[in-house]
Amino acid sequence: MGLAFEPFTLRTYMSENAMGSTMVEERFPSGERALATGKEFAAHKKKVGGMPVDWLVKTMQARGLEVFTQSFSRTLPFPDENKERYIVKGTNVYGILRAPRAPRTEALVLSAPCSPGDNNNQAVGLLLGLAHYFRSQVFWAKDIIFLVNEHDLIGMQAWLESYHHTNTTGMDWSPLQGRGGSIQAALSLELSSDVITSLDIILEGLNGQLPNLDLANLFYAFCQKIGVLCTIQGRLQRNDWDSVSGYSHAVQTMMLMVMKQASGRPWGDHGLFLRYHIEAATIKGINSFRQYKTDVTTVGRLLEGMFRKLNNLLERLHQSYFFYLMPSLSHFVSIGYYMPAFGLLAVILLLRALDLWVQLVSPPAIAVDGVGDVAQQSSPGVLSVLTPLVISHLTGAALYILPTRFQEIAVEHFPVSETEAVVLTVIAVYTAGLALPHNTHRLLSGEGTEQGWRVLKLVAVLYLAVLLGCTALINFSLGFILALTLVPVAAFVTPHVPKTLSAVVLVILSPAFTLLFSVFFFQELEEMPVSFQDGWLLYLSVISQGILDHHLYGSLVYPLIALMVYPCWLLFWNILFWK
Amino acid sequence: MSVESTAMAFSTITGSVSLVLSDAPVAILYHFPVNQAHDGVLRTLDFICDTVDTSSASKPGKGKRKSSLKSHGNHSYFLSGGESFLVKMVAPLSLLLIVAVTIRAALYRSSLAELIAERVEVVSPITAWKRVIEGLALLDLGVSPYSGDVFHETPLIIYLFHFLVDYAEITFMLADVITAVALYMAVKDFNKQVFRKQKFSVEAERYPADCLELIRSPTEMFYIPLKVAMFYLLNPFTILSCVAKSTCGLNNAVLSLFILTTIKGNVLLSAIFLCLATYQSIYPLTLCAPAMLYLMQHQYVPVNPRRAAFWWFLVQYLFMYLGSLFVIVCLSFFLLGSWDFLPSVYGFILSVPDLTPNIGLFWYFFAEMFEHFRLFFLCVFQINVFFYTVPLCIKLKDQPVFLMFMQLAVISIFKSYPTVGDTALYLAFLPVWSHLHRCECLLHTWVRSGSTGSTGNIFLVSCVLLACSALFPVLWHLWIYAGSANSNFYYAITLLFNVAQILLVSDYFYAFLRREHHLTAGLYLKKKDGSEATLVLK
Repeated sequence: MGLAFEPFTLRTYMSENAMGSTMVEERFPSGERALATGKEFAAHKKKVGGMPVDWLVKTMQARGLEVFTQSFSRTLPFPDENKERYIVKGTNVYGILRAPRAPRTEALVLSAPCSPGDNNNQAVGLLLGLAHYFRSQVFWAKDIIFLVNEHDLIGMQAWLESYHHTNTTGMDWSPLQGRGGSIQAALSLELSSDVITSLDIILEGLNGQLPNLDLANLFYAFCQKIGVLCTIQGRLQRNDWDSVSGYSHAVQTMMLMVMKQASGRPWGDHGLFLRYHIEAATIKGINSFRQYKTDVTTVGRLLEGMFRKLNNLLERLHQSYFFYLMPSLSHFVSIGYYMPAFGLLAVILLLRALDLWVQLVSPPAIAVDGVGDVAQQSSPGVLSVLTPLVISHLTGAALYILPTRFQEIAVEHFPVSETEAVVLTVIAVYTAGLALPHNTHRLLSGEGTEQGWRVLKLVAVLYLAVLLGCTALINFSLGFILALTLVPVAAFVTPHVPKTLSAVVLVILSPAFTLLFSVFFFQELEEMPVSFQDGWLLYLSVISQGILDHHLYGSLVYPLIALMVYPCWLLFWNILFWK
Repeated sequence: MSVESTAMAFSTITGSVSLVLSDAPVAILYHFPVNQAHDGVLRTLDFICDTVDTSSASKPGKGKRKSSLKSHGNHSYFLSGGESFLVKMVAPLSLLLIVAVTIRAALYRSSLAELIAERVEVVSPITAWKRVIEGLALLDLGVSPYSGDVFHETPLIIYLFHFLVDYAEITFMLADVITAVALYMAVKDFNKQVFRKQKFSVEAERYPADCLELIRSPTEMFYIPLKVAMFYLLNPFTILSCVAKSTCGLNNAVLSLFILTTIKGNVLLSAIFLCLATYQSIYPLTLCAPAMLYLMQHQYVPVNPRRAAFWWFLVQYLFMYLGSLFVIVCLSFFLLGSWDFLPSVYGFILSVPDLTPNIGLFWYFFAEMFEHFRLFFLCVFQINVFFYTVPLCIKLKDQPVFLMFMQLAVISIFKSYPTVGDTALYLAFLPVWSHLHRCECLLHTWVRSGSTGSTGNIFLVSCVLLACSALFPVLWHLWIYAGSANSNFYYAITLLFNVAQILLVSDYFYAFLRREHHLTAGLYLKKKDGSEATLVLK
């Protein structure tokens, strides 16, 4: 896997002709004015103590947009301790610039979150400045929607659900009064300082979905043209790929992408657009201690250029890759390169299954040749395989349902907060699951036979292979990380290996520990190594975030782990203690 | 034979039967000890034949005629058989039915039902419940349900649901239960006949001496009907299609009733149910041939085109079949008052205008094809279903039930709008042929012929089927929702699914032919020069 790198990767190239051939001249002039607007916005924000809705409506109207507001509210299943919110109420404000040159059937979105504190004011200022500037231009063929969303992803979710008339997460929102055409692409802007050193593009969306590679190419091309430093995962690209450090730099960048993608959560406001088949990315301004600074005018010019090119699109972005990993912004690894790596892991499982099958089929054949010992052949039967399967899935279902259901009871009886209660219940159920199945099966079917565990293992191995295959198709990184830890387990577990040693190995390779290692590894990659104590706290908060992501945005990672991967792992655990 | 000894013998049998039941589809090898004397085998067979008869006699109205022929034994013998039968067979069957209905009822209540009803693998444009509702709404408004290209079910179905729409869920569950029970009874009857035939053959010493291992033992056959019912009712495919309220379940019920009446030897009912099935979806037309073959053998009509009796029977059956078809079509006409339904149902099935992706082979080809080739390829694709009838009939004319199975499989693979419900029907028959695994395994180890054992193949094929069923929704998601994959991905899986099905069926076909061949020619095939021969399927 680590080898599929620099010389092997493809250089990115623009696949979409509509975006490549035409040159665009960017002339956005009013960066200073945008900053002034941003300051004004900050003042009003401070005065109101939240989103200055009236001021925004007025300002947008003054810039000649059709302005609408949308209010929403949502009660979280349990308090979010990272962002300190439980009952969320807010308002989105958006203005539509109607396309002068075409029927209003398509739209582009530029959004900026209105975050608490002093963050992101410049982004809103720039958004308003761009709105003003775009209004005066005549070549827009798509509606452009300028959206300021409150409470970041929750607001975005409310707006998108309302725009597409769906309600997948049970949120309350007021219907949108004005709509544009179908959204073709969206950019989300995060800018917290007057000058920046570099721009970072964030691609990973909900469930590890990625936008079309052409969007990243577009960003890269304009950064090159205008001369802005651009990064991915906050890392510059290096040209010395043949040196060891350059190579490890690329590996680390790519591992960061793998970790982020595997987490299945949206890493920016753009992440929710992807679900609606809209190509989207978040562009984030970073201000570090470098000498070379870029002002807001330049960022405005960059955005103008990108929007002009997106405006030229005749159809949705579809030419380029959807499945890719990026070791740097100018290189990518396509699905054709990384899938074989996964395929090799999956082949181990299939060979294992075939081997078990042959073992299962051949003993009777030997018996035919020699002595026909019928009793020895008595096969395990459906029941003895079905029982562990059902029990481990019930445990999985308990892991999925119990934590959110029982938080009140837990809070009443134990001195913990709601969030702690949820996380601790998860861990408790998970640990209880380890003790449960192998006891019950022994009670039910007496002692397990040789054939019995083989059949069970055959079922488990096939189950795992199908499960990992499907996961890798939807979210490659998650599938790959799970495969790395679970395939060795599946390959070596039999009732005959030394018990304690392999039990330890099995626990270390279980999904929960994989998550723990991932947390530490991620911190290491981010160059923010943490002590074990902090890592543990972080681990707990990651669990609660995962559950919240599932309930708020419909992320699939938590149910996948709880309902499928964990029961599958329990089956192997069961085999180890098969007696 | 005294009561005690019967009971004892029965308990030994049921003991070994429970052994057999407890094994998974992974077939375990049961065989008579090689050194057992020939007449010993005969005696066992004799006994089992009697018990099978008595057990069926205990059900009122079933097989009465035959058992009265045999009922020269004492009555207590009947009683003990009957009670055991009740405990051993009816109880598991009703338990199975209860479990199946519970699963379905639970799924109807859950939020999954809506999701399942939308899956293209489960419902086709013909069988979708949503479309039936639409047709009903149009009918209530006094408009022809076929106006507006949505509804494509037959008029009888829509009139059925006109009265039953409030009880739709119960209707579909009932249809599944009927299918399972009909299959259960049909397979039981079929097994009995297979047994009798085998017994006569063994008595007449028609089988070569080294073929005793190929003879089917009663213990392994005892639970096959139950397994068939289980394969149908607990098959996820069936459950999905029942929960989606796909009218495919009703088709399956009609088809299984047809199979039951055919195996029972009722010519008129068989023709009527076949005609109903044909009326529903044209393709069961090809089942005409196995039905006629079976009924002829059942009534001792020689299958010989030079005999008048053969033609007379043919004309009789076809008259009943076409007559009832005519009656049903006319009935639909009078119900609706127009011939709208002909192009809208049968035209729709034959000309395949709806290219919604499904698990079949049609949609992708016809979506890609240039318009002026369409007619030609339409003919090619449709003929595919009917094409295999003649060669299969010739090859399998002594085994009409296996032929029926093959035809069902061919239909469900090559029909224009297949769903998983169709697949489920022929998959239910697999336990009936489970002895083929055993033979194949046996032959493989004993004869060591050059053919690849089909058991390994069947394992691979079932893995592929399993993986495909899991990949369908995933690739659909990637294609339609995420937009990151495209139709080629989905079609690749469709293709794989169908290839796996074809391999599965042809494996069974080959194994079946091989067993038949060995039963006549002996287990050890010698070439003329004395070396070991291998069988090649040509």
